[in-house]
Amino acid sequence: MAISRRQYDAVVVGAGGAGLRAALQLAEAGLKVAVLSKVFPTRSHTVAAQGGIGAALGNMGEDSWLWHMYDTVKGSDYLGDQDAIEFLCREAPQAIIELEHFGMPFDRNDDGTIYQRPFGGHSSNFGEKPVQRSCCAADRSGHAMLHTLYQRNVRANTQFYVEWMALDLVRDAHGNVLGVTAMEMETGEISILQARATLFATGGAGRIYASTTNAFINTGDGLGIAARAGLPLEDMEFWQFHPTGVAGAGVLITEGVRGEGGYLLNKDGERFMERYAPNMKDLASRDVVARAMATEIKEGRGAGKEADHVLLKLDHLGLETIEKRLPGIREIARKFANVDPVRDPIPVVPTVHYQMGGIPTNYYGEVVVPGADGPNTIVSGFYAAGEVACASVHGANRLGTNSLTDLVVFGKATGNRVIEFLKKNPGQRALPADAGDDTLARINRLDTRKGGEDPAQVARDMRRTMQFHCGVFRFPDTLTEGVAKIREVYERAQNLEIKDKSRVFNTARIEALELLNLIEVARATMVSAEARKESRGAHDRADFHERNDVEWLKHSLWYREGDRLDYKGVTLKPLTAESFEPKARVY
Amino acid sequence: MKIRIQRYDPDHDAKPYMKEYDVQLEPSDRMLLDALVRVKEMDDSFSFRRSCREGVCGSDAMNINGKNGLACVTKVADLKEPVELRPLPGLPVIRDLYVDMSQFFKQYHSIKPYLINNDPAPQLERLQSPEDRAELDGLYECILCACCSTSCPSFWWNPDKFVGPAGLLQAYRFIADTRDQATEARLDDLEDPYRLFRCHTIMNCVDVCPKSLNPTKAIGKIKDLMLKRVV
Ligand SMILES: Cc1cc2nc3c(=O)[nH]c(=O)nc-3n(C[C@H](O)[C@H](O)[C@H](O)COP(=O)(O)OP(=O)(O)OC[C@H]3O[C@@H](n4cnc5c(N)ncnc54)[C@H](O)[C@@H]3O)c2cc1C
Ligand code: SF4
Ligand code: SF4
Ligand code: FES
Repeated sequence: MAISRRQYDAVVVGAGGAGLRAALQLAEAGLKVAVLSKVFPTRSHTVAAQGGIGAALGNMGEDSWLWHMYDTVKGSDYLGDQDAIEFLCREAPQAIIELEHFGMPFDRNDDGTIYQRPFGGHSSNFGEKPVQRSCCAADRSGHAMLHTLYQRNVRANTQFYVEWMALDLVRDAHGNVLGVTAMEMETGEISILQARATLFATGGAGRIYASTTNAFINTGDGLGIAARAGLPLEDMEFWQFHPTGVAGAGVLITEGVRGEGGYLLNKDGERFMERYAPNMKDLASRDVVARAMATEIKEGRGAGKEADHVLLKLDHLGLETIEKRLPGIREIARKFANVDPVRDPIPVVPTVHYQMGGIPTNYYGEVVVPGADGPNTIVSGFYAAGEVACASVHGANRLGTNSLTDLVVFGKATGNRVIEFLKKNPGQRALPADAGDDTLARINRLDTRKGGEDPAQVARDMRRTMQFHCGVFRFPDTLTEGVAKIREVYERAQNLEIKDKSRVFNTARIEALELLNLIEVARATMVSAEARKESRGAHDRADFHERNDVEWLKHSLWYREGDRLDYKGVTLKPLTAESFEPKARVY
Repeated sequence: MKIRIQRYDPDHDAKPYMKEYDVQLEPSDRMLLDALVRVKEMDDSFSFRRSCREGVCGSDAMNINGKNGLACVTKVADLKEPVELRPLPGLPVIRDLYVDMSQFFKQYHSIKPYLINNDPAPQLERLQSPEDRAELDGLYECILCACCSTSCPSFWWNPDKFVGPAGLLQAYRFIADTRDQATEARLDDLEDPYRLFRCHTIMNCVDVCPKSLNPTKAIGKIKDLMLKRVV
């Protein structure tokens, strides 16, 4: 197969919220940029975000970025890096104002300002009481934001490569990143996109689990690619289970429902969150609510014939509020749960939702790994932002609304950092002679293998293994077994066979390549989880029930090479604020 | 469940043909998309777009038993068997249910789908009353799935000249936004025998929109504004 080469100032992989915000910065600076996406930009999974985007605008009452910062640090169970968290919370209000100026159709208050709703884990005055911080467009905030960002990019004339799939990083002998190899999905052609800077914004990998709120395309490509290129993945044991996925379907019901006054009931009609979080109740952090729900179900107080879910009640909000603030939820409940929430409660279960870990970066979006300059040595020419990155602002548990904020704050900051880097590094570095060879060999093996494994079957086994061995509650023996099993599935995944031999939109090949990324993420998750002998945020172990700051206040770094782990410290020192010292977490 | 799907692979087939599949559904397979994922497990060469599986990304628009819709929010229980699936009508077929959407997006881009406001940006948000904001409801929610435009006879005949219902709905979304200052230019651009006036109010678009949006109404409002300008 021939391989063509193209040159750019920068390549952005991903056109979700993070990729589009970064691309806008680069395009408006007049740079030659290629933005790749597996799907048309507005089909990226940011479109599915419902509840809103967090920023201390204070439109509904007093609020401050410092309170937002405290909530985020506490929500992260102190694993978040406080320099990055301060940056996020300070920049958030400006980022929202920008989105409004770009045309985002936010809901409004009577005085014309942006409406904000309460959300889990967001409080005023350092945990005193819930605060209204989530800026929203009904329950379609992600849709409104993603379309607005795309529209702004149309105005800026950004160059998109739609239905192009990045396959591997190109690096030289010094480890500098020089671009990516990518496949045009319509023709199956492989190219090298050479760039002075490469920015990953490929989103999450929720599809490693059987039951997830994530889209089919959320296959962790950026993580798989980084791992294959020898870079570590950070904190992969931390997966957020969203409390309210529709039972049986996985589709999300936003926390905004509880923000607007909905609450959870067990089979006895008891509002059980009052027992687990007397102060914040249904608006406690997600890890806390998900565990409470799982406990109710485990102890036999689940609802339904199988006693396998709990109920989300919102009929008391009234038709008018539901239609005005939660119209999409009503649509989803009717379609996927066969209930009209205006009358009946929605059956919900904790469902895999968000990956707190990712490619390690600093708060400029530069990818950093252990190396010559210490644990945070910059990988020259490589950047990451959004769900694929780990800055780390979400630590062991993300607060609702903080991901959309993360996308626009770090999308922009990373774009700006790339612009500075390009000013200082005007020339293209030379491509190594064998650039692209690994990619071609991998594709060739896939296209020609006979008598190999069925990708659909391997994917199913991976998902079952993750679901069973690495769920809301984690047990020592299931984790140990899980590691052995996932390594076995990994070996099978190295031997996939596809039947489709066409060049044109060969989705069998695309799905197999996605599976090769997913399985790296699954392995990283299981191995990191097995090794972490404490409970923190979303990682809850039956045999080590407490958080252990003496031994485990540190980030995990998983390397594909040797399937091994390393660790690095947490940044407790913010940029200007005083440090929030780890303390017991009660809601 | 029996599903008949239009198949075409330019690498191997001279022309499109129908292929029937008999799929075994699990109790959890409630939507047509679930059934299509099963078909793909049986025959990995079957190609189609899909992503969110909840009706918000606009990927899996197709012609289902003669009517355009999204596979992910179409309940299998509501479908007559054998279910007939074809690509969206009127767009070039690339492979199986993959159609070339360029013409559709070109029309969308042609209406300048972004807020135009040349005043210096204020420090805080631009204010908008809840009533003015409510004018955008039923407009901004479009997911660009193309169900409407590809069911519109006027779009089939003039896809290069007629903006089509999806594009016109978005044109009105910006006209209706109190923050946008380009209403006159937007109306000038549409004052054309083809761009807007090819719409003959056939209403197919309204009938198929999976988000229950109403392009015809938006088109009517644009026409009203043009009439007011003349007076
Ligand atoms: C149902 C749901 C509701 C949510 N609601 C909220 C909310 O209310 N508030 C909040 O803050 N967060 C919310 N989240 C989380 C948040 O939406 C996501 O974390 C965020 O949108 C991720 O954005 P992203 O830009 O990183 O990636 P995505 O939006 O997932 O975009 C990834 C992009 O990368 C591209 N891509 C991936 N791999 C490749 C490849 N190999 N080659 C080329 N392109 C590639 C894709 O095509 C896509 O364009 C929600 C998440 C879900 C699932
Ligand atoms: S109402 Fe107009 S736009 Fe809609 S289908 Fe008919 S001709 Fe097309
Ligand atoms: S108006 Fe409706 S049918 Fe047309 S593209 Fe938008 S969402 Fe799809
Ligand atoms: S898969 Fe996204 S709309 Fe159907």
